[in-house]
Parts: sequence; C-alpha cells; structure tokens
Amino acid sequence: MTTTRFQELIAKNEALHSARRRITNSIMLAITGLLTLLALIPLFWIVGYVIYRGGSTINLDFFTQLARPLGVSGGGVLFSIEGTVVLTIISCLCAIPPGVLAAFYVASNPNTPLGVALRFGTDVLAGVPSIVMGLFIYVLIVVPEKHYSAWAGGLALAILMLPTIVRTTEEMLKLVPHTLHEASLGLGAPEWKTSLSVMFPAALNGIITGFLLAISRAVGETAPLLFTALGNDQYDLGKIIGGGIQYHQSLSAIIGRIINQPVDSLPLTLWKYALQPYPERIDQSWGVALVLMIFTLSIEIIARLWVESRKRALQG
Amino acid sequence: MTINNEQNCWFDENIDMKKISVPHANGWLARFQRSTHHGDTLWSVLIIIASLLVLATVVAIGWMLWQQSTDARIKFGWAFVLPTSNATWDPLKGVYQSWAFIYTTLITSLFAIILAVPISIGIAIFLAELCPESIRLPLNWMIELLAAIPSVVYGLWGIFIFLPIVVVPVGQGLFVAFGQIPLLNSLFKGPIPLSGSSRLAASMILTIMIIPTITAISRDVLLAIPNTQREAAMGMGSTRWEMIWQVLLPYGLSGILGAVILGLGRALGETMAVTMVIGNSLEATNSLLTPGTTMASLLANQFKESVSQLHTDAMLEIGLTLFVITLILNMIARLLVWQVARRTPQEARA
Amino acid sequence: MVTKLAVSKNEKSSIEHSIKMEMKNLCVYYGKFRALTEINITVQSNKITAIIGPSGCGKSTLLRSFNRMNDLTPSARMDGEIFLDGENINTAGVDVVDVRRRVGMVFQRPNPFPKSIYDNVAFGPRLYGIRRKNDLDEIVEKSLHQSALWDEVKDKLHQSGFSLSGGQQQRLCISRALAVEPEVILMDEPASALDPISTLRIEELMHDLVKDYTIIIVTHNMQQAARVSDYTAMMMIDEHRSGRMIEFNETQIIFTNPKDKRTEDYVTGRFG
Repeated sequence: MTTTRFQELIAKNEALHSARRRITNSIMLAITGLLTLLALIPLFWIVGYVIYRGGSTINLDFFTQLARPLGVSGGGVLFSIEGTVVLTIISCLCAIPPGVLAAFYVASNPNTPLGVALRFGTDVLAGVPSIVMGLFIYVLIVVPEKHYSAWAGGLALAILMLPTIVRTTEEMLKLVPHTLHEASLGLGAPEWKTSLSVMFPAALNGIITGFLLAISRAVGETAPLLFTALGNDQYDLGKIIGGGIQYHQSLSAIIGRIINQPVDSLPLTLWKYALQPYPERIDQSWGVALVLMIFTLSIEIIARLWVESRKRALQG
Repeated sequence: MTINNEQNCWFDENIDMKKISVPHANGWLARFQRSTHHGDTLWSVLIIIASLLVLATVVAIGWMLWQQSTDARIKFGWAFVLPTSNATWDPLKGVYQSWAFIYTTLITSLFAIILAVPISIGIAIFLAELCPESIRLPLNWMIELLAAIPSVVYGLWGIFIFLPIVVVPVGQGLFVAFGQIPLLNSLFKGPIPLSGSSRLAASMILTIMIIPTITAISRDVLLAIPNTQREAAMGMGSTRWEMIWQVLLPYGLSGILGAVILGLGRALGETMAVTMVIGNSLEATNSLLTPGTTMASLLANQFKESVSQLHTDAMLEIGLTLFVITLILNMIARLLVWQVARRTPQEARA
Repeated sequence: MVTKLAVSKNEKSSIEHSIKMEMKNLCVYYGKFRALTEINITVQSNKITAIIGPSGCGKSTLLRSFNRMNDLTPSARMDGEIFLDGENINTAGVDVVDVRRRVGMVFQRPNPFPKSIYDNVAFGPRLYGIRRKNDLDEIVEKSLHQSALWDEVKDKLHQSGFSLSGGQQQRLCISRALAVEPEVILMDEPASALDPISTLRIEELMHDLVKDYTIIIVTHNMQQAARVSDYTAMMMIDEHRSGRMIEFNETQIIFTNPKDKRTEDYVTGRFG
C-alpha cells in the first residue's frame, strides 16, 4: 500500500503541528477565561465602592426629605426619587406600545419598503447620541411651551428606549421557530392572535430583557434631561397629590401638575452634586449613586426573576 | 331514520341542521370578524402606524437639527467642521470652529473600540462555549450588570477613583513609552495631568462601558449558531479553539459586527461619564494624554448657558454634525453587515 | 500524557476481513441515566455495518461513541472499551482530536460551513497546517471525486456550499469528511433528509467508498440496511429504557433467518 499524499504531508507536519494545535487551544481558551475575570473587576470595584461611600451617607432623611440649603442638616433626595419614577412611567408608556407594535411589523414584513426603512431608521435612532435627543425635545416642546417639564423629559427618554425595544423584540420574534407560527395559523388562529398569544409569549423572555435594558438605561440617563426636565429640588409628589385631593382637583389636573413642571432625576442630581466643590454635596452624590444603582439593579433583578419563573412555568 | 341499503348510507330526518352548524355563522360578529380577517386588518393598520411613528421620529430629529442650525451653517460654511489647525471656539468673540471637538470624539471612541472588541469577543466566546453550566447564569448576569451602571456613576467613580489609581499610571507609562517616538508622539504628547482628566481617561472609561454591549450581543450570536456546525467541525478532528475561531466566528460575523457597531455608537454619543473625566479643555491638541472636549460634552457644558443666538445655533450645528457622523458610521456598518450577510447564508432547507 | 495511536491503516489492511473497530461492554450514561447497556460489537474492515432498531433505542448514541462525539455533551460518560485497530480509544490518555480524524462522521442533515465549496473541503487539511495551494487543490479534487460530486461543482468551487441542493450538500459533507483521510466513516441516517434519488446516489457512493474505508451506518430504513450493509446490528430498548444490542450478524442472516424473535418482528415490519 503506498502512502497517500495527505499522509505524507501529515507525516511531515504532524508531530510539530498537533502539539502546537493543542497548546494554542489551551492558551486561547484560557485567555477567554482571563478576559472574563478582567471585565468583572470594574463591576465589583464600582459597586463595592459605591456601597461603601454611599452607605455611610444615606439615612432615612435621605429618602424622605427634599433638598435643604448647604449647611442645613437633614436634607434628602426625595424629589429626585419621585422625579425618576414619574419620568420612567412616562417614558415607558410612550415607548413600549409603539416599539413592540413596530417590531411586529418588521418581524413579519422585513422586506417591504416600510420594513427596510424601519430597520434602517431604528439603527439610526440607536446611534443618535442621547444628548441630541434632548436637543430635539428642547426645540420641539420646551421652547414652544416656554418651560421645562417632566413630560418633555419623559418623551426624550422614550425616544432613547425605542430602538432597543424595537430591535430586541424583533430579534426575539424572529428566533421563535417559524413552525410555531405556522402551527398556530394552521389551527385557524388569525395573525394578530398568533402574534399576541403565541409568538409574543414564546419570545417573551428575550423581549423582557430588551425592555429592562431599555428601562435601566433610561433610568440612568442624564443627558436627555439636561435641557428638558432641567431639575427641581423641591418637587414633592405627596404635596401635589395630597393637595389635589384636598382641593378637589380633577385627575387630569393632578396629573397635569405632576408632569408639567421641571423635575429632577437621580442621575441628574448626581451630576449636579458631583461637580460642586462642596464635600457635603459630594458625599450626597455618592449616596445618590447608591440609590440609583439599587434602583437600576432592582429593576434588572426583578425582571430576571420574572423571566426565570416564566421559564420554569413553561417547562413545568 | 332512513337506511338506504343500496348505497350504504343513512340520514336522519330528525336532525336539525340549524342547531348543529357553527353557531352565529351569519351573525353580525361573525360577519365583522370575516370582513376584518378576524382582526387582522386592524392589526396590520396598527402595526403600520406604529412603524410610521418610529420612522417619523428619526426623520424629525434630523430635520429639526438641519432646520435649526441653518443660520450657523450659512454663516460658517464647511470651515466649521473641517480639520483646522488651532481650532478655536470662543463664543464671546464669536469664533466657532468645531474641529477640536470632532477630533476628540473620534479619537476617544476609536481607542475605546480597539481596546473593547478583543476583550468583548473573548468574553462572549467564554460565556457561550466554554463556561461550565454551574456558573454560566451568574456570570451572564454580572456582565450585564456592568451595563446597568449608569453613566454618571461611572463618571463619579472615574473622577475620584479610576483616574488617580489607573489612568494616571497608564498615562504616564504611555508617555514614557511612546512620547518620544517620532510618529506616535503627537498622540502621546505631554505628561498626563495630575488629576488624570484626559482623552485617555475618557477612552478607558468608555471601554468599560461598551464591553457589556458588545459582549452580550456577541454571546447571543454565538449561542444562536446551530450545534450542527460545531459537530461538523469537531467530528473532523478540530480542537475546540479551531472550531470557535474558524467556524463559529465566521458564521456569526455579521451579528458580531452589528454588536461592535452598537458599541461604537454608544461610545460616540456617551456624554456624562466622558464630560466628567475628560477635562473639558477647549484647546485644540492632538494628544490622548491632554484634556479635551467632545462634541457631546460641549453641549452638556455650554448649551444651557448660551451667550447668544449664534452660540445656540453653532451648538445646534454641532448637534447636527454629531448626528451626521453617527449616521454615516451606521451606514458604513450596514453596508459591511449586508456584504457579510450575502456571503453567509441562512441554514439551507433541503 | 497524550499518546498517538501507533497502528496505521497500512499495516493492517493486508489481512483480509480484519477487525477495524470493536466495542466491549460499552455503557453510555447521561448523568445518572444509562442510555446504552453492555454493547458488544465487532466492525470488519472495508465492510458496511448497519445499526438498526426502533426510534429512541440509542442508535445515534452508539454511533457517536465510535468517535467519542458523546464527549461534547457535558453530562455524558462512557464505560467500557472501544477499540480502533486493536487499541482502546476510550481512555484518558488518547488524543481525541486524532481519533476523530481517523473516524469521520457524516450527519443526518447536511451541515456545510458557510464557506465556499472549496473551503469546506479544505477545512480539515488546513487544520493540519497544509497551506500550499497545490496540495490543497489536489486534496479537494480527490475528495470531491470520491463523493461523486466533482463533475457537478468543478466550475463553481468558490461558490457557497449552501448554493447546492440537499443531496449535493450531503455529498459535500462526505467530501469534507474524506478530505482528512479517515479510516472509518460513521453515517448517521445520511439519506433520511434527502429525496429518493439522492438517497440512491448516496447508497451507490457507499458501495464505492467501502473499497477504501470502513463504514458504519445508522438507519431507520430497513430496506436500506438490507440493500447496502454486509453486517447488521439490531438494537432495542430494554425495560429500563436503556439501549441494548440484541442481535448482530451478517445482514443476510438478520433479514432472512434472525435468531431473536424481536429482530424478526422488527425486520418483518410487525412493529417499529
């Protein structure tokens, strides 16, 4: 039996090569593990330090009091927390319905002119810097209205959230096996019911991740709020709602007062305090950082637990 | 009941056909459902409107920026954005040259991408292919948690911790290593300021901030690759790394490219953390080690304190420039992805 | 320590009907579940051995044990001995990468890489550091000839592997496996995803290939097993849901005069 060409070549190369292949394999795989560890260092460092510095600043007052002037004790960041909540609600309401619906369109009609334009447009929107969105809303709403407001800020944040929501929802819908889609249609369900009751739940895990990425980001964003919500360290939901009820104001009037004035948010407050040369304010900014991180991390954890429990329900 | 023996069939005269047929087949609800294809027409209209809304938002942003900056554009012409030596930005004197900001934006993001992409892809490979099942979920969570840290918190940590402890030594090291080499020294000129506020600081913080974005998407891309590809490679006697490097990464290339573009986009537009650590100097220098100002940080610092309508218009033009740069990059990215996608077909159906 | 398997094809093939691969008391576990119990089988050189049995009896698991592909499943464990040319490959010291080169595999659904036809076939040789264009051209052409695909693709070697039809893709996968010159080819229901004409071509291919290679095929199509194979192994699932080999013999005997009643029931179509 003559040896084949391949065997010749192998005999010439192999001894050196197989060892080299094995070593390359081990080294490269080890490097990926090391890189993962490397990336986790900043996480623990930041979280740890924020807990340490912020933890020593916050107390009950921090959560329950409005801002007090420098030198006066007992001030807090209640205004900031409330502002963040209001802004988040507004932005979710404005971003999630159109985003999800648009994603359904793109997922089922990717090649129509509108579908192509939408995919392109979403990519463009994803790349627009958040501060530009602030500029946009400033020109669109703040200037005509002649005042800064929560709903302007909420809208700016909503635009921020849109691309993430559309893209993730679309991707997750596409990952649902087409056989599921066909099976549902084959059983006689109309397209919209298939979309909502079959495709959407099947893709839900991933879609929720998209929502929470979007919300997390919106909660932590400052730039779009610089020229829209502006900041308001005497914002007090309790007073607004309580006062509204006391004076028998209508629901729309109360809501109007909630959303129609400038409002602070946790990151905005952090930004302002961090750059001031007063140690008190800097301490407070660490406290705000801690509250902000607890806020964003809770959103993530709650939603993740939700995803896991749904997963278990599907498997159970 | 009548039984027809010849034809082997039967029928029962007593059965009331009206009672056993589909109820309300001709009622108003059924007719409505059929005319709207059981709601599908409404659904189609709804999702089209939503899509148009999203599209309109994008268009509106560009249009507004273009419109509002008209005065400035007419006044300054192209000189506003072209590379200018010693570009000066002096609102009080009415001088507006934005090249320094454009340069700083580009250089900081580019450097961040160069650092972040290999790291992110490495992590994605580990998470998708190598990670033991027991620690996979916690590790995924932790990487994604990095993305959940708000920009201002990165900035705060940056100013007081990261800059003194990491950036300053790195900057000094770079200065010593490259500060004298002919071509590179423009990039690494001048010792880094004591505070560490510099373009380098911005780059390094940006790197940390965009790693989770690129990693998470790349990891998902890798996980979505069918197992048959892995089996085909390993079954032929490839090592695990060879399978990853030569089969999986090429297969998932378009997706990974998309991840990188998203990361780049985030870096370009990142405002708060960058503003807090970059030093906000308006001087036109080239070095990574000196303070600078990006387009976004300029807007963050000066927009609310505009001294004149021209100042505002000039800044809106900067906003427009930023928008256009990200738009162009997006298009290049789409072209790349489209090209790669042409060569990388979906799984064939026999 | 990794030991290279010393015995190569050349030395053994001078003996007619020698044993190429053998399993003694193989048990395969996924976690605590025993998927295969005490498999004993002898695979003759240059013959086609078919593994048949009802769905879920572990045929694919058994096939994948021959080239240790089960190792890719984290919870899998194999006890027992697996011999390739007389050496036990189910030990820790064996270079699995080399085993897989020598024992190649073709899968149920064609799975070409998203590369050109040329690059698909050249993938294996390139892993071994074969870089020169001439060498690669030679190997690619030879492999494509062996799988009867050359004439159909010789003018479009740089087109994507996905541009081929299902049957052609499967033959491409066979070329790809052949390019690293294995000694054994494992085929996991290679034609089940193909149309009858492509199936026939694959079967003809097997008849050609077996002159140079040893082939082990899993099939749920009994007629196919009867048509192509020299030896047949009948598997069934036992009361613990574990797969067992209940009969192994020359194909002629299995299909005309099986010793076990269950085999007889299966091949005559009474169940399965």
